[in-house]
Amino acid sequence: MTEEWKFTTKDIAEKPDLFLSGHRACAGCVPATVLRLIMKATRGPTIVTEATGCMEVASSIYPYTSWAVPWLHTAFETAAANASGIEAALKIMKKKGKVKQEHVDVIAIAGDGGTYDIGIQALSGAVERGHDFLFVLYDNEAYMNTGIQRSGGTPHGAATTTSPAGTVIQGKLEYKKPIAEIMVAHEMPYVATASPYYWRDLLAKVRKGLEVDGPAFLHVFAPCPRGWRSDPAKSIEYSKLAVETCVFPLWESINGQCQLSTPSKLVALAPQKKKPVTDYLQGQGRFRHLFKPQNTKLLEEVQSRADERWQRLLKKCQTA
Amino acid sequence: MKSICRQERMALNGDEAVAYAVKQSDVDVVAAYPITPQTIIVEKFSEYVANGEVQTEFVCTESEHSALAACLAASATGARTFTASASAGLALMHEMLFVTSGCRAPVVMAIANRALSAPLNIHGDHSDGMAQRDSGWIQMYAENAQEVYDSIIQAFRIAEDLNVLLPVMVGLDGFTLSHTLENVEALTDDAVRQFVGTRQLPNVLTHEGKAVPFRLDPENPMTIGPIALQNYYFEFKRQQEEAMKKAFAVIQKVNEEYAAVSGRSYGNGLVDAYCLEDAKIAVVCIGSTAGTMKTVVDELRQEGIKAGLLRIRTFRPLPVEEIRRGLENVKAVAVMDKSMSFGGNGGAVFHEVRHVLYDAEAHPPVVNYIYGLGGRDSSPKELRAIYEDLQRILQTQRVKNPIQYLGLRE
Repeated sequence: MTEEWKFTTKDIAEKPDLFLSGHRACAGCVPATVLRLIMKATRGPTIVTEATGCMEVASSIYPYTSWAVPWLHTAFETAAANASGIEAALKIMKKKGKVKQEHVDVIAIAGDGGTYDIGIQALSGAVERGHDFLFVLYDNEAYMNTGIQRSGGTPHGAATTTSPAGTVIQGKLEYKKPIAEIMVAHEMPYVATASPYYWRDLLAKVRKGLEVDGPAFLHVFAPCPRGWRSDPAKSIEYSKLAVETCVFPLWESINGQCQLSTPSKLVALAPQKKKPVTDYLQGQGRFRHLFKPQNTKLLEEVQSRADERWQRLLKKCQTA
Repeated sequence: MKSICRQERMALNGDEAVAYAVKQSDVDVVAAYPITPQTIIVEKFSEYVANGEVQTEFVCTESEHSALAACLAASATGARTFTASASAGLALMHEMLFVTSGCRAPVVMAIANRALSAPLNIHGDHSDGMAQRDSGWIQMYAENAQEVYDSIIQAFRIAEDLNVLLPVMVGLDGFTLSHTLENVEALTDDAVRQFVGTRQLPNVLTHEGKAVPFRLDPENPMTIGPIALQNYYFEFKRQQEEAMKKAFAVIQKVNEEYAAVSGRSYGNGLVDAYCLEDAKIAVVCIGSTAGTMKTVVDELRQEGIKAGLLRIRTFRPLPVEEIRRGLENVKAVAVMDKSMSFGGNGGAVFHEVRHVLYDAEAHPPVVNYIYGLGGRDSSPKELRAIYEDLQRILQTQRVKNPIQYLGLRE
């Protein structure tokens, strides 16, 4: 990896947006904020390819577009396969003198459905083949574009339209798939998690992912007020609380070496500051049923699961 | 026609002929996944890559779905791209076939036509190709390994023609063509390279009113593959149909130009008629069966029977005019289908030929022969029986049973 990318708030503010306003995202949509931030961290000529999903639909309604970079959408499960094709084409066309640019970065973007579920095969294949691209997962934890159906990224206990909180079953029974760890298991050069509240950390990780030679995977936490039944004004607050409660810790894995990122490192150093998960769950309509007296056990399970995963992460980062 | 190009006679099976044609066609990206009976194509091409004989990025994907997605993306980046598949692989690509044609990406694909499961069967029939006939791809079916080689080279020109910009699928019958060694006259590398040229890109207008090449280029950012709703989607689809219509002329032109270089042509590129001019009875078929059929026609002709053959080489776009003109003076027609259209009252080729004949001055009686499913062989004797049936139909002017199955235990 090259030397660390230094940037000031002013640099970022002054850099022209590459994900433009005018898109049709909902009020309080964090995925839209995430895309805008990601594009602030690009380092030069860049091609973006995106899976079918909220952001693809909201940003490309013909004849309009929010993309100031070349952008390709083909299908739901194809973001990583597209990136393979683009990268392969750029490589050979450069050799044959058909591409002018010295280097072009390739970014693939997908939601949780396009990553955890329908897109995981293409993602796994592209990473195994070692294509040089950055895959960004904006995780709003359900199929929001089609109306809030559960995905492999939906957390335990959350109510969605296909895992509703009923009289017998209380929301999603299964746990969230550990997607970033699955990507680490691919022995790829760079994997990281990020949250837009900690935007400097997010930007730095995007840049690292682009700079690394080979595939990089960035898992970005992205609240969705429509799907989470939460106050649109609090979306960014939830992206902070998720980190402070260790529901979504921030870390990166460079060539398999795992380390906590500053916001989570601070929690590790001062465990008394670690907030209870209820701070994060409260106010989200999708978790409302967890606060019913009969669901106390379920709420405790959510806490203990978060604690267990946090302890496991701490261990992993210590041995690094 | 005299060949103006030196050619080399090679012993190649159909798959090898594909790989060799792709090798010579200056392809930038090949993304593919192995499936019987297409495997020799990817194996042979991998050898070319491993030996540094091609300037091509070979992406060995984890599925056919990703293979076509990668080809489409590479094509949108401006690359000349190729892939190959068969059967279940083509079926897995189904979604991406529509996306590729909808994005107007001129990807070329060879299909070693094979049966669809279940029951699992690896042998040749046209179930895979026919199931994709409405996917917006130009579809050509070859008769022999020579035509396979020639068609792949032609396909790049057809697909990339600025009046067309549609993906092209070239079908070669599984095992019958894919794995059977034949003599193939190959053009020189230079001749092929000159024939296919470099990929031309159409200019499109950006939102600033600037005319720029249609591709993913950081200098001229462009959004490809957007969402288009009730207000625009329909126009996109209509344009694809227009491109299909324009392909008629382009396929014929490419067939002629190729003949000038190689000395070989396949009818007018769309259909290949054999002894059809004065024929009283005729068979319509696609693919390698035409080769055997021609032998049968020769036999019948020697016996004084006016038999003819119409091979549909280009199935999409359907050469409506050529089929109508070719058959309107024939008194009885048999259409052969190597696939089923379950519950559809006959096979796909039968449906289409019969619909074309509706507009003919005289409607000859038409019978459908479904044959060869799962690679079942059809002998010259069995094929001759079709003409014998046509003679009976000719006498009675009546088709007793319009859907017949050839060589089937019932």
